[in-house]
Amino acid sequence: MIAAIGRTAISSAADVGTLTIQLWRSVLRLPAALPMVGNGRRWRTAVRQMMAIGVSALPVVALMSFCLGSVAALQAAAELRRYGATRYVVEFIAIAFTRELGAIITAIAVSGRSASAIAAEVSTMVVSQELDALRVMGLDPIEFTLAPKYLGALITLPCLTILSTFFGIAAGYAFLAASIDMTARVFIREALASIMLRDVVLTLVKSLVFATIIVHVGYMEGLRVSGGPEAVGRGTTAAVVNATFLVIVADLAATALFYILGWSAAG
Amino acid sequence: MTTNTVATAREALISIRDVSVAYGGRRVLDSVSRDIHRGEIVALLGGSGSGKTTLLRRVIGLERPDSGSIMIGGVDLTACSEAELAVVRRKIGVAFQESALFSSLTVDENAALPIRELTDLADPIVAQMVWMKLKAVGLADAGRLYPRELSGGMKKRAAIARAIALDPDIVVLDEPSAGLDPIIAAGLDELILFLKRGFGMTVLVVTHALDSAFRIADRVAMLYQGSLIAVGTPAEFKASIHPRVRQFVQGEPERLSDASEGFAASFLKEFHA
Repeated sequence: MIAAIGRTAISSAADVGTLTIQLWRSVLRLPAALPMVGNGRRWRTAVRQMMAIGVSALPVVALMSFCLGSVAALQAAAELRRYGATRYVVEFIAIAFTRELGAIITAIAVSGRSASAIAAEVSTMVVSQELDALRVMGLDPIEFTLAPKYLGALITLPCLTILSTFFGIAAGYAFLAASIDMTARVFIREALASIMLRDVVLTLVKSLVFATIIVHVGYMEGLRVSGGPEAVGRGTTAAVVNATFLVIVADLAATALFYILGWSAAG
Repeated sequence: MTTNTVATAREALISIRDVSVAYGGRRVLDSVSRDIHRGEIVALLGGSGSGKTTLLRRVIGLERPDSGSIMIGGVDLTACSEAELAVVRRKIGVAFQESALFSSLTVDENAALPIRELTDLADPIVAQMVWMKLKAVGLADAGRLYPRELSGGMKKRAAIARAIALDPDIVVLDEPSAGLDPIIAAGLDELILFLKRGFGMTVLVVTHALDSAFRIADRVAMLYQGSLIAVGTPAEFKASIHPRVRQFVQGEPERLSDASEGFAASFLKEFHA
């Protein structure tokens, strides 16, 4: 029992170490993927990654946000209605999405789509010796494969988060317009009054952390795969589960940190 | 015949000295030494688990041995800096067993990749170089195809085209004929001979296909349990009296341990009953 706990602790610590080294090396290589200053071919790869990680996730993120926005509005309205305060649903939805839901819905959707896709792609490259081939040619696999993905995720996750927030709040408007005939003008005024720039900025910072976790956990799980096709399957599952778990833990840590620093106090 | 006593009149392009590798206490390579001369084709033979791949990965600089040295064109791979290693790597082209073609790139783009990444040549020149190499391996018409659209033999040819894209001095081929039918494999043998005759390249072929090794190689070397047990021309090799070489040449099965032999015998008896 104790031995098992110890083993898990050691392997978790080793994973954290692997992730940290991988993160550091990819950060060093990130400039190579930037437009203008970097290598144009890496930037083009990064653009393709933005399409794969970001653009193609647009529909699912928008739909999830709209549904969860509607759910949140219905749940809040069920309580607020009893006090005749249904219009405060606006404030609730606006704050919930700008502070929290936009970033976490996006991260969970992207984790499900892209952590697994990255793990599958990288593990296939391991099995088919493509990473060996890169190294033999004197090309750095981190710069060639990881850095463009990381850059793509760093750029697209904040955009998706803003989009998710927009659709969540739009769901709140759809509900209020249908239930108490709130006009768009009133809704927008109320919503803008409750959105704070600081909340938006902190949420976007969180989305950068989530992007880091998703790409790096996916890459690490992909590299770890050895053996046959069923190992690829296990690797992709581990990537999604671990990335989603770490995203939620990081969300807790970041939110607690902001709270302690007093950055999340209203007004 | 020992491996160290061959007279080295010509320049040794690759010089392997006392290379040893152990994984978790098990010796995979035991003090292997060998010279490979410019312009010769050397076939490295050996069964599964004989250390072929382990040695190959050391020679192409993917990993470093525990001890010993590997000199390529005068640079010691085991002691040089990353920058020196990068220079040496440009003299070596490798075609991996799994072909290792990038699946998101066409055959053209795969072959062009090392040229585009490692030189500043203009696009028309790159295209010309790529076309030349694809023509040489017989894939001039397949440039626009993706790796998934290629047959097994075409993949190997494409991998060779990429390996020779930068006109390397040395080409290393890992199991080029594995999984191919005899006719396609014979075609690949012709291609390997052409690398030597047409381009003057030095070729190291890792294989377990005897007939292919005898057809193409100037010299054949055999690894057994991490040691080089025989080196010589194909004729010398065929005439070797080393029991393991004879076993390999004649295709006899590995002798089972007594216990499992007893099991096999009793199983067969039951089977026939």
